[in-house]
Amino acid sequence: MIHLLLDPLQFAFMQRGLVAAVLVGVICAVMGTWVILRGMAFLGDAMAHAILPGVAIAWILGGNILIGALVAAIAVALGIGVLSKGGTVKEDTAIGILFAAALALGVAIMSSIRTYAADLSHLLFGNVLGVSDKDLLLTAIVGAVVLIVIVLFWKPLLVLSFDPVLATTLRLNTGFLRNLMLVLLALTVVVSLQTVGVGLAAAMLITPAATAFLLVRRLVPMMLVAAAIGAASAVIGLYASWWLNIVSGSAIVIVATLFFLLAFAFSPRRGALAKR
Amino acid sequence: MRSNRHEADIPAGAEPARLDVEGVEVGYEGRMVLSGLTFRLEHGTRAAVVGPNGAGKSTLFKALVGLLPLRSGRILIHGLPLGSHLDCVAYIPQRENVDWNFPVTVRDVVTMGRYGHLHWLQRPGKRDRALVDESLERMGIADLASRSINELSGGQQQRVFLARALAQEPHIFLMDEPFNGVDRVTQDATLDLLDHLREKDVTVLISTHDLNLAATRFDKVLLLNRALVAYGPADEVLGEENLVRAFGSSLLVKAGATLLVDECCPDGRMDCDDRDGRDGHLHEEPSARASPDLGITRKGRKNQGRSA
Repeated sequence: MIHLLLDPLQFAFMQRGLVAAVLVGVICAVMGTWVILRGMAFLGDAMAHAILPGVAIAWILGGNILIGALVAAIAVALGIGVLSKGGTVKEDTAIGILFAAALALGVAIMSSIRTYAADLSHLLFGNVLGVSDKDLLLTAIVGAVVLIVIVLFWKPLLVLSFDPVLATTLRLNTGFLRNLMLVLLALTVVVSLQTVGVGLAAAMLITPAATAFLLVRRLVPMMLVAAAIGAASAVIGLYASWWLNIVSGSAIVIVATLFFLLAFAFSPRRGALAKR
Repeated sequence: MRSNRHEADIPAGAEPARLDVEGVEVGYEGRMVLSGLTFRLEHGTRAAVVGPNGAGKSTLFKALVGLLPLRSGRILIHGLPLGSHLDCVAYIPQRENVDWNFPVTVRDVVTMGRYGHLHWLQRPGKRDRALVDESLERMGIADLASRSINELSGGQQQRVFLARALAQEPHIFLMDEPFNGVDRVTQDATLDLLDHLREKDVTVLISTHDLNLAATRFDKVLLLNRALVAYGPADEVLGEENLVRAFGSSLLVKAGATLLVDECCPDGRMDCDDRDGRDGHLHEEPSARASPDLGITRKGRKNQGRSA
């Protein structure tokens, strides 16, 4: 039995993959808690797709993909802010427009290179077993930045998310805080790119947090439970991908979804079965 | 968050804890709601804002806390423009527009009232916790402190937000229709809170449909209808002439010595809703009581036949 768990670990790429997947699981779950409480799930999904052009350009230029993705994500985040400012265009409309446009642009750029199909599938669905030491370091740094900023801005982010009217009364800089939230979301999505890819990033962001929401009734426990579910999904998913020989990103997301369905059915207070 | 530059232990009267509204105009996209509004709330005054539906009562409150930009004019608190004071205004909107499924407890929400007094990483200290406890106790929800907010009744929810406002240690307390659609316990708790705020010398501005309450519980009455109609002590402001100017003669019904204000719209007028989209005459408030001292009361269409 124990060799089932230890065997894969003799390979360095599997060790790196596990560390990366757990890091991503935790960071996404913590940020995802804000995302679902603020109703930004659609934005999270959109942003993941919208970073494709940045990734594609970095890929072609031979630069670091994460940095390309980061630039694109922040550009899209701020672009959504600009388009929807003052209510000219509704925010979800702005998101829809930019998200589709960026995805189209990204695919167009990718289609100009020869190894298009294989490369695109890595970008769309992740390639956690191809993570390099450098990628791992960058993931850890970006993840640490996201978590530290969340801790530093805990009180204002909580007030803004729960009661924007109080945020105004307390004279918080709500515009700055909203943009900060978008940038944090962008960073989180970029970090999850290598594990689950553009197509499944939203799942890592939303599913563990949504599961935790069904199980606990306070914010900090919710984040901790979400992080635990995210990490557990990453580990179980990666082993499943190893033994069943399926794509790792999909395996991780499927495990996370199973956790969600279990919680949905058996949650003590809100579960589908608890309601009879 | 930033520090509190106006500690609440400034002796009463030592500074002008007052609100100056000078020539304020405010509205929503292309529609002016309030114009030419000028008044001053002295330190420690309790004032009631009264006016028909759509008079701009809620709009006034939103402008006072900075939720709506001013088209012109200015608002001064302690003689300084809006925004110079970080935490001395507490505001209870008519309806709390929050997500009641948000994973926070009653105590968490009330503790947010202290956030304006805390630095970035500072956690609520002993004094903050004591103030939160005291506020919970005063609003009669101490036993609900560790409940999730989605387990509360409407009146309890309102008291949570009153407790939070109290925990802010505000110099100016703004409440928009706190007596509407709430249970008796909450009404009484709110009235007790008013007395408590008077002891603390807090300046209070409340909008209400209840003219009787405005006349008996407040130092000043501010009669509003898209502009200032009258402002001053209740017995000066709530005369027939002013009421006609504010509510329109068609809405005033004389019943013997008692003056009634019919709150419902006259036939054919569909825009009787409050400008913020709230329906005024849905409220079952205790406003239909006769007021023996002033002879003023208000009624809705529902009881028109009976009272007229």
